[in-house]
Amino acid sequence: AAARGCGGVWRRVLRRGPGGPRSVSRLWRAVACSARGGAVPAGHSGLAPWVPVVGLEIHAQISSNSKLFSGSKVQFAAPPNSLVSFFDASLPGTLPVLNKRCVEAAVMTGLALNCTINKKSLFDRKHYFYADLPAGYQITQQRVPIAVNGSLSYSLCIDNKMSQMVTKTVRIKQIQLEQDSGKSLHDDARSQTLVDLNRAGVGLMEVVMEPDMCCGEEAAAAVRELQLILQTLGSSQAIMAEGQLRVDANVSVHHPGEPYGVRTEVKNINSVRFLAKAVDYEIQRQIKELENGGTVLNETRAFDSKLGCTVPMRDKEGKQDYRFMPEPNLPPLILYDAKSLPANVNHQQVVNIDWIHERLPDLPSVRRAKLVELYGILPEHSFTLVNEDGLTDFFEDVVKQTQMKPKKVIGWILSDLLSHLKQHSLTAKESPISAFLLADLLNLLEKGEISSSAAKQVFEELWKGEGKTPLEIVKEKQLELIQDQEELEQICQAVIDEREKEVIMAVLG
Amino acid sequence: DSVTVEVLDHLEHLALVDFRDAEGVERLREAVRFAERLREVNTEGIEPMDSVLEDRCLYLREDDVTEGNCTAELLKNAGEKVEEYFVAPPGNIPLPKLEERDTFLKGS
Repeated sequence: AAARGCGGVWRRVLRRGPGGPRSVSRLWRAVACSARGGAVPAGHSGLAPWVPVVGLEIHAQISSNSKLFSGSKVQFAAPPNSLVSFFDASLPGTLPVLNKRCVEAAVMTGLALNCTINKKSLFDRKHYFYADLPAGYQITQQRVPIAVNGSLSYSLCIDNKMSQMVTKTVRIKQIQLEQDSGKSLHDDARSQTLVDLNRAGVGLMEVVMEPDMCCGEEAAAAVRELQLILQTLGSSQAIMAEGQLRVDANVSVHHPGEPYGVRTEVKNINSVRFLAKAVDYEIQRQIKELENGGTVLNETRAFDSKLGCTVPMRDKEGKQDYRFMPEPNLPPLILYDAKSLPANVNHQQVVNIDWIHERLPDLPSVRRAKLVELYGILPEHSFTLVNEDGLTDFFEDVVKQTQMKPKKVIGWILSDLLSHLKQHSLTAKESPISAFLLADLLNLLEKGEISSSAAKQVFEELWKGEGKTPLEIVKEKQLELIQDQEELEQICQAVIDEREKEVIMAVLG
Repeated sequence: DSVTVEVLDHLEHLALVDFRDAEGVERLREAVRFAERLREVNTEGIEPMDSVLEDRCLYLREDDVTEGNCTAELLKNAGEKVEEYFVAPPGNIPLPKLEERDTFLKGS
């Protein structure tokens, strides 16, 4: 059965092979239906269906100059322990001082995700021992976080051709501000851990997504959309490869109508692609385990990207007791809006929710809608444009400089240009063919001076980046379309004369 | 009596405190008894107070880089270091099991 967009019900298909029935690792996913407790299709051969449940906990590093509670610089890759203040190292006598920019970043993100912003939120201590957490506790917001009850809409294509998209929604439980920990480098050879506190105290926004997703594809699409939103807001650069966006997946399976199954937590996922793989593998593993009469343990597992599987993380400590307590050194965080703003107030000391709301940039969904409206392109096209870094700008630049209609230009951008970029792992900004050159080429095509197959040949030549203009290449390779009627007739006559036999056969039909 | 051996063991693991001997445990019991008296006050319908600072203004700092760059000073505190990294054991060293700990409830 063809793999379709995820709907929430999976079955394992038993296949009879030599030596008896053998379960196949290929899973058959049912036709798309609502992610939350969706309809169960009529029974097929064999086993009862499973409903996978996927929730996500996402940590996004806040894009700011300094840390959440100290004035140390925030920077990726700096000499070890050079971006560490006395507070970050947890030396006695130091106190946390909240960074206004981090608060604004969290409010922006909460608003973009349709959350209720808590005008009063609180800070707490979460205690556990680890070498990269010098204080022995992390300052977080466990009781009353800064934002709650939001939603994130994302799209999936139902089939592989990207021609049918569905919109899904995942509920956002909350967003909280918290400190990042330092980095531990494990030196197994010398049986020691090297600790770098540069990252200790950097501001994080933890975004908790409710378990409204049912497969790797949905989880990946939701995270991708969140990444785009964060990058658009500027609240986080959200580059997973640099650890600015970390995703933990909570996965469980159950039969429809029955209570939720035991869930596992999957960590160590370093890209959106691996997220989809990790989630799907874990769903498959749990189903296999349960169908073989085993149980799913409530444990933390790590994703091994080389092997494409999840493995248990060593858990010598047993169940953690974080002994949450209010952070005694920080009063409640009070946020204001236009109505509650006191009269005589120092504006530097105020975070005004309405002021931030008015200045929110166009979110990806709005940008897509505008592209569709302005240029008459398909929604699926707008997705790719917004999804690929710099591609929208490139497209708009070309449209500005060519007479070719945007609806035709988009084809060149999404098939020819994008496929070449992907092949060579380049972004639109790094394209060897500039928007100017491409527009130039498309003008030749539009004016009828070359055929579209000739245009593709010119494109390939341009890609080499040898500095030639489209016109130069056309002349060099003699790709000009012949416009002269008489010349065309002569050519046709010559062909007919040469192939008399074939012509007679064709005429006789 | 809520201060049982299991509770003490649990607390020692969580907080790495050492109750040392029977006298220490009795002191803990005294402290718990003293604090329990708070329950005699009727607090129905009253919001709990976390801190006497709750009405104070939470100061918001501008996002400027004002600290850091004191690697040498910080590393002065390190027992062991490798090229400006702090050195720690490979993982958390768990407290020995109850039976193996020689200071637990010594002399009780």
